[in-house]
Order: sequence, then C-alpha cells, then structure tokens
Amino acid sequence: MTTLVIKNLAVSVGSSQILNDVSLTINSGEVHAVMGPNGAGKSTLSAALMGKPGYTVTGGSVTLDGVDVLALPTWQRATAGLHLIMQYPTEIPGVMLQDAMSAALDTRNQDSKQLNQLIETEAKRIGFDSELVTRSVNVDFSGGEKKRSETLQLSVLQPKIAILDELDSGLDIDALRDCAQRVEDATREINLGVLVITHYSRLFDQLKPDFVHILTNGRIVKSAGPELADELEVTGYAAYTNV
Amino acid sequence: MSTVTIPTVDEEIWRYSRIGELDLESFRPGQVTTTIDGPADSIKKVVSRATSVVPRTSSDLFEDLNAKNAALTAICVAKGQTISQPIIITHSLNESGVVAYPRLVIDAQENSEITIVERFISGDDIASLVVPVVDVRAAQSARVTYVAINELGAATWQIGYQQAVGQRDSMMKLFSVALGGDYARVRAEVRLEGQGANSQQVALYFAGSTQMHDFRTLQDHAAPRTRSDLLFKGAVKDTAKSVYTGLIRIRENATKSEAFQTNRNLTLSNGAWAESVPNLEIETNDVKCSHASTVGPIDDEQRFYLESRGIKPEIAERLVVLGFFGEVLDRLPAVPFIADLRERVSVKLLGASK
Repeated sequence: MTTLVIKNLAVSVGSSQILNDVSLTINSGEVHAVMGPNGAGKSTLSAALMGKPGYTVTGGSVTLDGVDVLALPTWQRATAGLHLIMQYPTEIPGVMLQDAMSAALDTRNQDSKQLNQLIETEAKRIGFDSELVTRSVNVDFSGGEKKRSETLQLSVLQPKIAILDELDSGLDIDALRDCAQRVEDATREINLGVLVITHYSRLFDQLKPDFVHILTNGRIVKSAGPELADELEVTGYAAYTNV
Repeated sequence: MSTVTIPTVDEEIWRYSRIGELDLESFRPGQVTTTIDGPADSIKKVVSRATSVVPRTSSDLFEDLNAKNAALTAICVAKGQTISQPIIITHSLNESGVVAYPRLVIDAQENSEITIVERFISGDDIASLVVPVVDVRAAQSARVTYVAINELGAATWQIGYQQAVGQRDSMMKLFSVALGGDYARVRAEVRLEGQGANSQQVALYFAGSTQMHDFRTLQDHAAPRTRSDLLFKGAVKDTAKSVYTGLIRIRENATKSEAFQTNRNLTLSNGAWAESVPNLEIETNDVKCSHASTVGPIDDEQRFYLESRGIKPEIAERLVVLGFFGEVLDRLPAVPFIADLRERVSVKLLGASK
C-alpha cells in the first residue's frame, strides 16, 4: 500500500504564481481525477510533482510513503515510484525507445534481459507496433503512437503512482480507449494509484475515477465522487471559476 | 629553417583559430611512422612508387611547407579497377618537438573504386605538430571513400588540408572523425569540376578538456548538375572549443546543382564554446541549396523526459549525445576503427582524452 500526499502545494513559474493551495491524498488502487478549465494549473501540477526545471515550489509538501518527494531529483522520484505520462511527449532524435527503457530498468537494478519479451507482450495489449521501440523516442510518432508509447513505458516500469497529464489530448478514440483501459487494468493488477489530470471526461469510460477534484485558479475548489464529472459534462466549469 | 611569416587570426581564414600560439621555429623537422594495412594484393596493385609530389594549388604557408618536405604516400587506382577491401594508412607521431608533413595522394582513375582510411595517432605527451595534406582526385565515374581519423594525443597539434576534386559523374565520400589533438584544424575542400559529380562530407568531432577542433569546409561547384551534401556534427565539453566555418560556392556555370550543408553542435558544459559560421556564394539561378547551423546545450525537455523515466542524469546525457551523433555514425562506412566509435564517444563522455 502506497500513499502520495500532496499538502498545500504552491508552485510558481517565472514570476507567476500558478498553484496556490493544492491538497490531495492518493492511495494505491485509487483513481483521482483533477479536472479544470484551461489555465487552471493542471499541467503545472504534474510538472511540479515530477520536478520539471522551471517550476518552483513556493509552499507545501509532497510525500510518497513519508519520503519527501520534493527533495529528490527527478530520476529518484521516478525510481521511488512516480511515473508521468506527458501531454506532449518529447522527441529525442537518435535515442531508441528500447535503449531508454533498458537504461530505466538498469537504474532500478532490474534485469533488462526479459525486456524485449515484456515489450512484445505489453505492446500487443495496447495495440502498439513493437517495431517502434527500435526507432527514436517519439520522433515521427503519430499522436496515438506517442500516447501508446507512454502507456507502454508505464506498464513496463510498473510505478506505484501514475500521473496522467491530459492523456486524451492529440489521439484518436481507439488509442484513447486502449491506453485508458490499460491504466484501469493496472489499478487492479499492480494496485496502481492514479492521478488523472484532464479537461474532459471522455477517458472515464474506461478509466473509472473514484474521486473527482475541480482545480481552478490554482486551487482545488471542490472534491466529490465520480458523479461530479457527470455534472461538469452538463454544466461546464463556469460555476466554479469565480469561487 | 629560414624565417617564415606565420598567418594571424586577423586573416579571415584563420579567424577563431589558435594560430597565434604557434611557434613554428621551435619545432625541428621530424617524421611520422607510416604503416599501410589491407589485403596484400590490393596494396601491391595501388600503392604507387611515385616519390615526387604532383603540384597542386597551395593555399598557404603550411601547404607550401608540406609540398617542400612531404613524406609521400601515393595511391593510384587504375582505370576500371575496384578495390573492395579498405586500405588503412596509419601515421604515428612518436617524438616530441618535431613537425611532420605527411602527404597522401589518392588518384582514382576512370570508373575505379577504392576506400582509404587514414589514421593519425600519437601518445598523450607528444608535443609535436603534424601538417597532413591529402589530395583526392576522382576521375570520370570514379568512386572514392576516404575516412580521416584523428586520434592524436592531448599535446599534439594538427594543421591539416584535404582537397578533393571530382570529375564527371564521380562520387566522393569524405569522412572525418576527430577525437584527439590539442589544437586540431582541418581545411576540407571539395571541388566538383565535372558535370554530375557528387560529394558527401560527413564529420564527427568531440573535444574535451582544453582541446580545440577547427574545421573549414568548402563545397565548390564548378560544373552543371553537381551535388554536394555536408553533415558535420560536433560536441564540446569541459572548456573545449570548436569552430566550424563552411562555404558553399556555386559558380556561374554550375546550373541545376544541389548543395546542402548542415552543422550542429552540442555544448555540454558552461565553459565549453562552439562557433558555427555557414556561408553561401551563389552565382547562378536554377540551383537548390540549403544550410542549417545550430549551437546549444542538450535540450532541457529531452533531459527531463529521460530523467522522468528514472534514468540518472549522466546516463540521460550519454543517451542524448550518442543519439545526437547517431545520424553521423549511421552514415560512416563500415571500416576498421569506426566500428567501435560509438563506444569511444561514450568513454570520452566519461572523461577519456580521445
């Protein structure tokens, strides 16, 4: 059982304060959706949790099973059990996806001998062309291939908590269904805890949230069960943006 | 040795160079030890007995000195002859305080084919100067592949010249790999003289510590329908420096020619410095030309992406740098001393000198 505790998190980018006060507790097996309009600070939350350069934590704390996540460099946050699926996965010319995965397993002292087999199996589950692992990371991948690749990496690396930053942007409905279903399966198979950051609720058909939080103006303004997503679908964020 | 006038950085062609540090008269005449490897029958066929240097246009003092003092290796491939295995020429500099002038002539006659690898090596404590000249002539439809590998020691200077001239429908592939040297300069010039002549110039250079690599390239199109393609990629770390200056010249008669030039540089530390200066000189219409040049550190987004997968920063950096060079490594021919280049770049990233 793993718990990620985000407490009163405040984050600035440059001279702008983007997140003011975000508190969330995510346990293994739970799916938390953080929803909000454009500019609410959703992507900032995921970047700050993973330690992306340029995002300065100005207050609050983040702990993973009591370990101070904010004191760790990015790579140790990953080996501690956090995994970020990026909204816009970066292209890295000349670096083969399988070499990156192999290096990622090395840090975890995991044998990469079984890697090819594991990739083959996982690729099949999400409809990813496993030939792509011998190509440069994300270079010339379609939107769907990028998100399938991100999901494949998650399933190979088996983190404790996954952060999904706008998994549903830039990909077709089939790819979205495959990726969302794979993450949903992981909540049961490896008891994955999930923080889904999204504008829309369309990926909830497969990936069922247990909790829905509304983020506007850098604050969580409401938390409730999955019914809140249904409400947002009808009424939008307008009612919450001036809270 | 009579008094000679050393060029200065005020001359455009020596701009950014370390020529000001050179005290030529402090070096006594010396020699490289040259060995030639390859299939014995091929060597017998092509290594010529010529001892006199065929005159060619000399561009400066160092080429003049080379012409006067040259230790010549001449390769002559007869008309229609194909030498399938590469011939490896290794020049080893084993003495400090000397200046040596190796000269290589590759004379590929009509419709012939050859691959030559020329290596320059010296120990880390050899404070000497090598002034190599290579003179490539590809006759009609000849196919020449030439690979220069600089594995000189950290105290050795190199001021080198490559001139390659291609006749009608010839194909010249010219590769440079520079890992060594203290100050290592190469002036690499291609002149496409015959209609339909084709050249590729590809280089990988990687300087660390206080090394400096200095490349000057020329793609000179002097006939119609000629095509040149240049890709130079370099990296500098520690307080190393590199300079790339390249000119594409399309002469008035070189219509329907195509010329491409790409130079990309990675600066791997704050103290490292790289300069890239591309130039175009086009005297006719109806040509296709492009050039691109970049200098910069490893992309933060790429680094963050890999680190977010749990990859340590130094491993992430190695992956990105090897990825950056991948495009060049993929184009290098499969010849001895090139096969393990990826590994050697990797080792150099961790601190080796060459």
